[in-house]
Amino acid sequence: MPTKLARVAFGAFIQKEWKHIFRDRKTILILFGMPLVQILIFGFALSNEVKHARIAVFDQSNDSFSRELVKRLDASRHFDVVSRLDHPTAVQDAFKAGNIRLVVVIPAGFENALRAFHQAPLQLLADGSDPNLGTTVVHYASAIVGASQEELLEHHSLPYGFETELRMMFNPQLEAAYNFVPGVMAMILLLICAMMTSVAIVREKEHGNMEVLLVSPVKPLWIILAKTIPYLVLSTANICSILLLSYFVLDVPVKGSVPLLIGGSLIFTVTALSLGMFVSSIAHTQTVAMFGTLVGLFLPSLMFSDFMFPVDNMPEPLRILSYALPSRWYFYIVKSVMIKGLGLEGIWKELLILSGMTLVLLFVSIRKFDNRLAL
Amino acid sequence: MDSIIARTLSKTYRSGKSETHALRGIDLDIPAGELFGLVGPDGAGKTTLIRILVSLILPDQGTASVGGMDVVRDYGLLRRRIGYVPGRFSLYQDLTVQENLHFFASVFGVNADEQYGSVREIYKYLEPFRNRKAGQLSGGMKQKLALSCALIHHPSVLFLDEPTTGVDAVSRKEFWILLSQLRSQGMTIFVSTPYMDEAARCDRVGLIQEGKMLRIDTPSAIVREFPLTLYALSTDRMSRVKADLSGCAEVRSAFAFGTNYHLTFYTEEGPRTCVHLLQQKGHSSIRLEVIQPGIEDCFMYFMKEA
Repeated sequence: MPTKLARVAFGAFIQKEWKHIFRDRKTILILFGMPLVQILIFGFALSNEVKHARIAVFDQSNDSFSRELVKRLDASRHFDVVSRLDHPTAVQDAFKAGNIRLVVVIPAGFENALRAFHQAPLQLLADGSDPNLGTTVVHYASAIVGASQEELLEHHSLPYGFETELRMMFNPQLEAAYNFVPGVMAMILLLICAMMTSVAIVREKEHGNMEVLLVSPVKPLWIILAKTIPYLVLSTANICSILLLSYFVLDVPVKGSVPLLIGGSLIFTVTALSLGMFVSSIAHTQTVAMFGTLVGLFLPSLMFSDFMFPVDNMPEPLRILSYALPSRWYFYIVKSVMIKGLGLEGIWKELLILSGMTLVLLFVSIRKFDNRLAL
Repeated sequence: MDSIIARTLSKTYRSGKSETHALRGIDLDIPAGELFGLVGPDGAGKTTLIRILVSLILPDQGTASVGGMDVVRDYGLLRRRIGYVPGRFSLYQDLTVQENLHFFASVFGVNADEQYGSVREIYKYLEPFRNRKAGQLSGGMKQKLALSCALIHHPSVLFLDEPTTGVDAVSRKEFWILLSQLRSQGMTIFVSTPYMDEAARCDRVGLIQEGKMLRIDTPSAIVREFPLTLYALSTDRMSRVKADLSGCAEVRSAFAFGTNYHLTFYTEEGPRTCVHLLQQKGHSSIRLEVIQPGIEDCFMYFMKEA
């Protein structure tokens, strides 16, 4: 076929694909609604960040230092001091009642001890029945206590004293958004590129359109490529909208270079598109394509990409599985560039792995496309 | 010059341990400009044969060529010269009539407006609906649109796989008139159908059953080959005819045809025995008369004898 005709045919294909997308309300909803909803849900509803946890204080000292400390805890948006205990046994009861996350026990003679020895013991009792929550509230409380101690000592111009400084690097506030924004980006790209593309290609098979298209002079590879291009464009738009949303609505900074971030995302988009092409070369119905991508791709990515659960704590086989998932490497790249502000020198290895995976996937899925009907 | 040639085409589908012999040694010689009808029941191998001829699937054995191009080796060239309307409606339901036509024109590398002449006869039916989505067209209109899209690049050979299945009687008639028009313009047309009455509209018909070609001939020659005397039977209790005749050893075949039963008998005495039996079973106003066999009677006969 002359190249001009090939170009016309390719253009017609892409145009047709846009019409398919924009004429189907469900597709539009998934494409543009999903990123927005995911960001908002993760940002405001599903956060593992602790806000207004109910805590109790057993202040046996009741001096100016201890009162100041309690005031600061209460003032923090993480905590609400809801009860003051007056007896050691009340501590147990408070936990048993179930609505107290943390009890701060201040020993008698707190101020004196600080003044005399520049240090004073302080007990933080957390409800360990939810370990994640327990750890988080202890971290918050320690951070607040540490900061107060420093200020109190300075304020009262005490010459000595040593401090335990606790700092969460790159994310001092322990903002959950720092973790889930990269995760959401990986998941959305996977859903849009892998799922929507495979479903769109399989739809042509299922409706019998492929039969006519195969008999046309257009090469099947071009048919498939034409189907992926609109999704590539839409995904790029989605990457930008997620970044803007997280920057302006969730206050997540982009510390590293934006072009590097978008470049990495484009590589991952192509990875996901080739995964979609691969699925569509196996699946014969839209339902199979959808479940295949959801169960075979999306769920493992969600669980083993270091996004929801730390991979380091997983048994060896699962750790190895996670290395095979492209989304794991993408998640690392986004996190490094966006949150830690690393440059190319920090992520070139991961970029290389991701690119290698993409090339292999592309090669395999293009090879699988036949010039004839697979029956 | 023969346009479509097939030699000992065979195709077997395997899934797990089961094997389906879709085609068992098909031979075909269809001259250019012929309207050829492939007739056979569901599962006879019609779709498989067409898909091999349009290069969509590969035969296990045998060779085939269309317009001198081998369906395996020259498939790239072949695909540009043929038009194909598959059995399932294969246009885009969410695109309008016009968009579908323009899309397929671009895919086949032609300009829809320039090629309008080649589809005008058919497209004129669709013109009033050109901005309607293809999914909202009636069955007959969908088929006309599919035909327009298959013709837009002016193919020299047209393949249609059961184009009239699920289409109303009036649209079926219109559709066959369109096919005759195309044929008179010199196009070779290969059409499959499960409706035997449509076979009479073809130049020649191939009767296919269980992957074998039983007969290939003109409709009139096939009718002439019918070796038996055919009777049409009607009584006042048609619904019981089949059951009441089932015990009659003289009856060679009995098929319901519209409001009648078409019967053949083994012996000369058959008709009298049959009427007698029906009278005994309580039928009245029995009419049994000799009729000229139609092409459907011939197909029924050949398929039963095969």
